[in-house]
Amino acid sequence: MKNPIHKRRLFQIFFLTAAFALMITGLINGEAQTVLAKAVNICLECIGIG
Amino acid sequence: MDKRKLVQALFAFTTNAHVQGFFHGTIYRGKLKSACVPGLNCYSCPGALGSCPIGAMQAVEGSTTYGFSMYVTGFLVFVGLLAGRFVCGWLCPFGLIQELLHKLPTRKIKVPKKANDILKWVKYLILLIFVIFLPILTADKFGISTPWFCKYICPAGTLEGGIPLLLANRPLRQAIGFLFSWKLLILMLVILASILIFRPFCHYLCPLGAFYGMFNPVSIRRYQIDRSKCTNCGLCRTHCKMDIDVCKNPNSSECIRCGECVKSCPTGALTGMTTRRKPQKAPCNDKIAD
Repeated sequence: MKNPIHKRRLFQIFFLTAAFALMITGLINGEAQTVLAKAVNICLECIGIG
Repeated sequence: MDKRKLVQALFAFTTNAHVQGFFHGTIYRGKLKSACVPGLNCYSCPGALGSCPIGAMQAVEGSTTYGFSMYVTGFLVFVGLLAGRFVCGWLCPFGLIQELLHKLPTRKIKVPKKANDILKWVKYLILLIFVIFLPILTADKFGISTPWFCKYICPAGTLEGGIPLLLANRPLRQAIGFLFSWKLLILMLVILASILIFRPFCHYLCPLGAFYGMFNPVSIRRYQIDRSKCTNCGLCRTHCKMDIDVCKNPNSSECIRCGECVKSCPTGALTGMTTRRKPQKAPCNDKIAD
């Protein structure tokens, strides 16, 4: 565990797993639909109108 | 045109290929927009085929159903872990725009190191306050909140979305008010600063760069110095447009992986790599530099 490369590798594996878990959970929860619903309409706040 | 500029231009065009939107003052409304693009690319840009991750994060936080976006956070962690701020240097359209502005033949400004060291933290504050805390904490009784960063700061939205849509869409033009003037002022300041300073928005303000930058020291795609070849000539440092002491910290959070340092290294000591290689002792300093 003292080797920084091993530590980094563990860190990478942990966070890659966490990233996939978060993405899949978000997808199952329907977050992608929320993103789509927002993104297919002109976001007035984003362009400085709303 | 160098390889990086070509990749930047191709990626910007590919992810903004809904060209007719620029003529009709409309945006793409297809299902691709449920996916995020890696760079700062406003989803209200008439050409955008995907969603801006910073906008998407605020959209989910500010919706009635969710308080925090696992989908977008997971995506950002994944991209950050793969490549860190490589996205900033190679795939972000707003980064490309700033670089092109910086090519205008005017006098350039080098921000003093002390000011640079302080200002670079502003982007982390923007990420925490405007992208995460305010959209979560200011939700109304229905759970809906404002996308604070997009609404009050983001110059990319004004440039990529606001201006093209307003030019082509008369009803939208009639709705212009104080907010647009404010955002236009920010955009003008960023444009002016970009002409004088290399990528000021990426340096000091971009929350996406702040997020990816946190992964630079541990990302899979990284830089490594072969200490047996390094002569400590300092060329990597002088060629770095992000003002990083590459020899000391090749995987700094500020590095956008543009590769100028790698190109400038006369001995081939500095390489971009994805494989594991054991770091070697340094002639230029005593830190492990990979």
